[in-house]
Amino acid sequence: MFNKFVEPRWLLLTLALLAALLFLPLVAPLFYIYIISVIFVTALLAMSLNLVLGYGGIYQFHHAVFYGVGAYTAALLITQLSLPAWISFPAGPLVAALTGLLIGAFCVRLTKLYFGMLQIALGSLIWIIVYRWYDVTGGDNGIHDIPLPEFLTSIHGAYYFVLIIAAVCVALMYLIIKSPFGATLQAIRDNPQRCEAIGINVQHHQLIAIVIAAFFGGVAGVMFVTVERSVFPGLLFWVLSLEIFVMCLLGGWFTFAGPILGAAIVVALRTVASRYTDYWTTVLGIMLILLIFFLPEGVMGWARERFKPRASAADKRGRELDAAR
Amino acid sequence: MLRVENVGKAFDDFMAVNGARLTVERGALVAVIGPNGAGKTTLFNLITGLYKPDRGKIIFEDKEIGGLAPYEICRRGIARAFQIANIFPRLSVFENVQVAVLARQRKSHNLFQPAQNLARDETDAILDNTGLFPQARRVAGALSHGDQRILEIAIALGSEPRLLILDEPTAGMSPEETAKTMNLVQQLARARGITILFCEHDMDIVFSFAQSIMVMRHGETILQGTPDEVRQNHQVQEAYLGGADA
Repeated sequence: MFNKFVEPRWLLLTLALLAALLFLPLVAPLFYIYIISVIFVTALLAMSLNLVLGYGGIYQFHHAVFYGVGAYTAALLITQLSLPAWISFPAGPLVAALTGLLIGAFCVRLTKLYFGMLQIALGSLIWIIVYRWYDVTGGDNGIHDIPLPEFLTSIHGAYYFVLIIAAVCVALMYLIIKSPFGATLQAIRDNPQRCEAIGINVQHHQLIAIVIAAFFGGVAGVMFVTVERSVFPGLLFWVLSLEIFVMCLLGGWFTFAGPILGAAIVVALRTVASRYTDYWTTVLGIMLILLIFFLPEGVMGWARERFKPRASAADKRGRELDAAR
Repeated sequence: MLRVENVGKAFDDFMAVNGARLTVERGALVAVIGPNGAGKTTLFNLITGLYKPDRGKIIFEDKEIGGLAPYEICRRGIARAFQIANIFPRLSVFENVQVAVLARQRKSHNLFQPAQNLARDETDAILDNTGLFPQARRVAGALSHGDQRILEIAIALGSEPRLLILDEPTAGMSPEETAKTMNLVQQLARARGITILFCEHDMDIVFSFAQSIMVMRHGETILQGTPDEVRQNHQVQEAYLGGADA
């Protein structure tokens, strides 16, 4: 972690996983291909949140807004203006990033909890517009049967497209985390006051991080459109934000791959639980409670505690310092 | 180099600093002493931009710096080590210092270059100078208390300051650690040509290391002078050295 850019065994594991995922559609039933596509989209969304949450220490309570804005941007450009996908798709993340800039510019002036509260407020503002503006967004009906390029209309086509885009995004996020900016961001998470004292403009860095996270959230939104071919206001409702927050915590928010694992677990559980109950959010709530008590560092964090005790001792110290501040 | 003129800062009705005066000459080791609650840390917070002064002037290298943001003050050449170990607990020791070096080199916005190869030599040099090199790869939160305080200073050195402010650099340290730390500070100051401003409770340390001592009480500067002048000053003896704290 400290001296190698990517540890060889992690690189091997990643490549093996990618290879397996490339060959999966040849053997797996369509339903699983679809569910795994959903996991890719959700994992990308959770990772984009974790960029600011786990690495930036920013309480981004309403990250789903950027997901929804990305999805709606692409959907509206295609359906209302009949623009081709190669314009509408990139527009999604760009508009999401712009939204991140606007919301972030207000929020970074506040700290911790107040940051999160203001974000929920501003995000809900966007949600209610989408929810009520029937003429343009279709209101609570959303937009369905969005026409997509030929190669994306099959489940397999969408799967490969989402897999490739998600893999590229994950690689980019890894680069960012390992860059000087990423190192600075983690330093800000650990100790914003000290960062100011060594000449770092903390708010400025936080704003950039929010814009980047919003951008990748927007990418995830567009990926949602390719998989589902529809959008609805639930994409930017705060409950979804809570869900991806839980994914990060569940997987391990101080680990890079944690949110992927968290997203996979939550999506899989939701798929299974929805067969038996309409009260999926109850299951989510119970999971959150168990998580707080038994796995405060998430699944990956727990694994690290077992196998790398020293690193987790530092995390404990980090928590103590966080609490003391 | 640094001149503090009649600076005041109130919190609600409490005057934490009220008429503080201080002069720091280039290359000197200057100490601020005073009983608990005399306003030493508040004064340092004012100089480093954590608080804005209500009145008075803070002039560093002929420019007014009072009221600037902490990061701006740091960029002008003042770095600070804090009273409590104020480090980045989840980063490695190396990364702790590297982040400061990167910030000084204005590389902290760089998004797509691996950080691990940047600012290596300079970071290693600082770790070497401070004796932390053998622990470079350890996670900072797992260091001993004494080493965390040294790391605290090492981070400040990463900003390549001309003036280094140390807030009770030896608080909570054993006598051996204290001696080691103060020798290190003195040696670093000489080797790197850094001016040092520090506050300290331990009078032995203050009188053996400082060339100039400023005495505070109730937020006010009583006097600033050489150790001998301070020792002989009647007012100081009454206010401080004769008291329970001596």
